[in-house]
Order: sequence, then C-alpha cells, then structure tokens
Amino acid sequence: MKILVCISHVPDTTSKINFTENDTKFDTNGVQFVINPNDEFGLTRAMWFKEKQGASVHVINVGGPETEPTLRKALAIGADEAIRVNTPATDGFSVAQQLSNVVKEGGYDLVIAGRESLDYNGGMVPGMIAKLTGSNFVNMCLEIEVEGTNVTASREIDGGKETLKTSLPLVIGGQKGLVQESDLRIPNMRGIMQARSKPLHVKEPVDAATNTTTVNFEKPAPKGAVKLVDTVEELVNLLHNEAKVI
Amino acid sequence: MSVLVFTESEEGKFKKIAFEAVSYGKAIADMLGTTVTAVAINSNDTNELGKYGASKVLNVSNSKLDNFNAQAFANVVSQAATKENAQVIVISSSANGKFMSPLVAVNNQAGYVANATNVPESVSPFKVKSTVYSNKAFAITEISTETKVIGLAKNAYGLKENEVSVSSEDFSPELSDNDFNTEVVSVNKATDVVTIADAEIVVSGGRGLKGPENWGMLEDLATTLGAATACSKPVSDMGWRPHSEHVGQTGKPVSSNLYIAIGISGAIQHLAGVNSSKVKVVINNDPEAPFFKAADYGIVGDAFEVVPKLTEKIKEFKAQNA
Ligand SMILES: Cc1cc2nc3c(=O)[nH]c(=O)nc-3n(C[C@H](O)[C@H](O)[C@H](O)COP(=O)(O)OP(=O)(O)OC[C@H]3O[C@@H](n4cnc5c(N)ncnc54)[C@H](O)[C@@H]3O)c2cc1C
Ligand SMILES: Nc1ncnc2c1ncn2[C@@H]1O[C@H](COP(=O)(O)O)[C@@H](O)[C@H]1O
Repeated sequence: MKILVCISHVPDTTSKINFTENDTKFDTNGVQFVINPNDEFGLTRAMWFKEKQGASVHVINVGGPETEPTLRKALAIGADEAIRVNTPATDGFSVAQQLSNVVKEGGYDLVIAGRESLDYNGGMVPGMIAKLTGSNFVNMCLEIEVEGTNVTASREIDGGKETLKTSLPLVIGGQKGLVQESDLRIPNMRGIMQARSKPLHVKEPVDAATNTTTVNFEKPAPKGAVKLVDTVEELVNLLHNEAKVI
Repeated sequence: MSVLVFTESEEGKFKKIAFEAVSYGKAIADMLGTTVTAVAINSNDTNELGKYGASKVLNVSNSKLDNFNAQAFANVVSQAATKENAQVIVISSSANGKFMSPLVAVNNQAGYVANATNVPESVSPFKVKSTVYSNKAFAITEISTETKVIGLAKNAYGLKENEVSVSSEDFSPELSDNDFNTEVVSVNKATDVVTIADAEIVVSGGRGLKGPENWGMLEDLATTLGAATACSKPVSDMGWRPHSEHVGQTGKPVSSNLYIAIGISGAIQHLAGVNSSKVKVVINNDPEAPFFKAADYGIVGDAFEVVPKLTEKIKEFKAQNA
C-alpha cells in the first residue's frame, strides 16, 4: 500500500496572530511553525501501517522552501520520502490541484490529510483531492483499518460517531482518534540523522486555477473589561436582564 | 439566477441550522436581487422554510438518502444548483455540511469559503468574511468564480423570520452506484443529551474540578440550563470526560450564546475554541486566571461553593419565569 500524508505547516498553537502590510500578510515574526496537529495524528497512523502492514509512506507539502524543516521533521518521525511542491499555498483549491496531480502520478492508494489546518481552517483540501482524483472520501475520520482494498473507518458526527465501509483508493480528513496524543512520536537522534539522507524531492507546480483570494485580515474587536460579581443572584440577574441569554 | 440553500434534516425534521442557512441565504438573495431555493432531502414539512425566506423548495425523496452520504448529497446539491442556475450555494458548517461542501465546490467549479460569519461585504466583487487562525482572526476573501459556495459558521447569523409564499417541486437527481461507494454500517449517537454542536448554552469544566467524581454538580447546572457539557483538553486527556467534549484549538469550537467556564485557566489554545461564543462567564478561585480577561462576567470563588448555589438560583429563576 502506498500512502501519501499531506502535511500543512502552521503556526504553533501558542502563537499570537498578527498581520503586516496593511493587514494583508500574516506576520511570521517570532512565530514557530509546526506540523499541523491533525496531520501529526495522521502521520503516526501511517507509521503503524508501515510497521504492521508494510506500507510505504511519503509526505507532501505545497509551499515555499521555508516549509522544509517541517518536512524533515516528518522524515525524522519515520516517513520514507518527502515531496515539496514549490509554490506558495494560497487558496485551498489550487493546493488541492497540486496535491491531486502528485496523487495521480504517484499512484497512491491512501491519502491521509487532516480534518482542517490550524491556519486557514478551511477543511476543504482533503475533499477536493478526493473529488479531483475520483477517490472515496471519509472526513473527520477517527479510526481506519485497511485489508486488501477494503476499508472500515469511523467518523465523527454531531453528537457521536458513525462506522463506514468503503474501499481504496481513499482520501481521509483525519484527527485525534486515528492515534492518541500519547502515541505521537518525538523524533529521536537516530531518526534525525536518517532524515538528513532521505530524499526530499522538490517538484515544480502544475498550472492551477485560483478561485479565491484573501484581500485582507481583521483581528477581533478588543473586549471590554470583565464584570466581576460577588453573588450568584447578581450573575443570574445580569445574564437575564443585560446579556439576555437566559 | 438564484441562491440555493442546502437544508439539513434528521429523521424528516429540519435542524435549526437549516433555518439559519435559509435566513442567511435570503439576505444574500436580497443583495443580489434574486430569490432563495432550498433543497430538502427526505424532509416532512417543507412549508416551514417559507417562514425564513425560501420561495421555492426542491423536494428529494429517496430512501437511499436516509443516511447521510457526502458524495451522494453533494451530487444532489450540485445538480439542483445547475438546474436553478444558482449563483451562490449556502451550506451550514455542521459535520455533514463540512463533509460535502468541498465536493460541491469541485462539482460546480465554484470558489468555496468556509466558516463565513457575515453576509458578503459586497457582491461585486464578491467578498465574504470568515474566521481563520482558529478564531483568532478574520479573513476577507474575494471569490472570483461565477458560482460560489459559502459554508456558514454555526450561530453566526441566527434565525431571521422573513415570510414569503413558498412553492414546492419534486426533484429527482440522477445518482449512480458509484455515489454509494461509502456505506454507513452503524451509528453510535447519544440521543438524550444536548450536543456541543447544537447547544445554545455550554457548561464547561477544567482541571480545577479536581476529578471526574465532581462532575455531578456541573451536570446538574447543565441540566437546569438545558445546556451541553464540555471540558478543557487535560480533562479529556486524563479520561475524566469523553474526547468529544474537548473544547479548543485542537478540539471542538463552541459558538453558543453562553459559555460558562468553571475551573478553567484560559490558556490561549482553549480560548481559541470559545472566541466565537457570544457571552462568556468564568468561575475561578484565582483572580489572576487569564480567562477573566476574555470573559464578560466573572465570579472569583471556589467552584465547589459557587456552582451548586448558581444551580439553585437558576432553578428558582426558571420557576418564577415559567
Ligand atoms: C499543542 C497544544 C494544543 C492544545 N490544545 C488545547 C485545546 O484545544 N483545548 C484546551 O483546553 N487546551 C489545550 N491545550 C492545553 C492548554 O495549554 C492548557 O494546558 C489547558 O487548557 C489547561 O486546562 P485547565 O484550564 O483545565 O487546567 P489548568 O490550567 O490547570 O487550570 C485550572 C484552573 O482551575 C482553577 N481552580 C482550581 N481550583 C479551583 C476551585 N476550587 N474553584 C475554581 N477554580 C479552581 C485554577 O485557578 C486554574 O485557573 C493545548 C496545549 C498544547 C501544547
Ligand atoms: N499547503 C499544503 N500542503 C500540504 N497539505 C496541505 C496543505 N494545505 C492543506 N493541506 C492538507 O489539507 C488538510 C486540511 O487543510 P485545510 O483545507 O486548509 O483546512 C490539512 O490538514 C493538510 O493535511
């Protein structure tokens, strides 16, 4: 089984978000970038497929050279090869087209992406890859098992979960549940050394349509000061008469 | 020309988000000088949609669509959009909505913006505001394609009544066996509790509650308010509460009207999940807890004293106002 894990390179969760150039560009100043948490769960699940079922695991990012340390980290965790499509990730659809092209060329059976990225939060790339490559698709995927080309998976629904049967080729939008937090792997010295000699292919992009353009960003309006109250009577009164939420 | 709205239902009954999506679609239709057509799949009473501004309903009845299936549902919506010559397609950001929207976007060669919070800033050029960076910021995005798909963030627009007369038409889209390659085997769903996704009020507990055995008082408060229960990440990591209740940047976002945080310090990753809740109340015994800076109302005090009192007070209040 050939697995491709899509890795988006996102600001660490503790990052303060700021913008520059008249609020048109994300300010990377002092921001640490990491593997998108949803993708990290997927990558670890892929390592289990490799270890238990002999799958090969490639990782991919669409982005500039600045994302290579993130791909090297994925190699240090255990992926066999990395691919970077050398073009800035602007809109979800153009990223999905680049990824789909690699999926088709490489003949991957299973594409593991994340439910959403922590930057754009679009939750759109995996579904678009599925449609563009004619693969089956399971979003918000919590568990996945593959036998031959048969797949059993579960996904989160509002208020519970649902078990599904499908088949390869398949794209999933994954999240915690694929593996647990405690299963995540921190690269060790040996992994880091090995990662240096593993292939990181840089591919030039194919022509792709761009359907959306972010014009500018805004930050939420600053909050007024908290009203501290001493008694529950006062709180209930304010929630009813002022906030009108009960 | 029209605005097409997908209206989600469960066992024949519309979900509240269906009415919200129609209300929102109507506002866009007014901006464009056109009308709203709703697509309803196996729903009983589609006249209800007229109340929120749908002038036409395309009724799909097909027992193969009793279970949600993203591929098939996306194809239904896409064919309806083509038939109605839809300029804008509105789909709520529920778990199912987010599953099918990207497929619809590719089908109809439409630009897609997810998590939209407002009606478009302008329709020509078409610009819409959405949340990005885990609710820490908004983006204004221009969609340049002829057809547009908008994923409406939950509780962002609310229900707006706007009664119009509604006509209804049976619609039988073409579906192939390929659309059913993914099949539901079983559904495991709590039916007697309010889910975070649907809740107007969420009561959430953190490590300050000391242990799972203390969640009874939180559940009492939630039941009294008709609220869903939620928790911080360490609480679900330690197995005190199920993972489905974990709120935050790496968990669920909450966009309720009221969020009550009890014994939660207010770490940046937690706050990212609750930024879009309208009113936030914090109960914490440490006046320096960062959550107070992000809250509307707060009580500095011991949760074990405050919460039971609050529950009693709300019971009294409900009894008086019943
Ligand atoms: C990559 C990453 C992702 C993360 N994602 C998330 C996420 O999505 N969601 C999330 O929640 N966290 C997330 N975290 C964890 C986050 O950083 C905090 O550690 C966590 O939110 C703290 O949980 P807490 O507030 O319950 O516990 P604590 O920080 O321990 O706070 C407990 C609070 O309870 C108060 N307290 C104690 N006793 C009482 C009492 N008797 N009465 C009233 N108050 C009392 C204390 O004053 C304190 O403020 C993430 C962390 C990382 C590194
Ligand atoms: N630039 C990118 N390169 C590789 N994978 C990506 C990229 N952007 C998004 N993805 C994948 O798509 C998932 C969902 O992203 P999004 O649609 O942006 O929320 C992410 O978790 C990644 O797995």
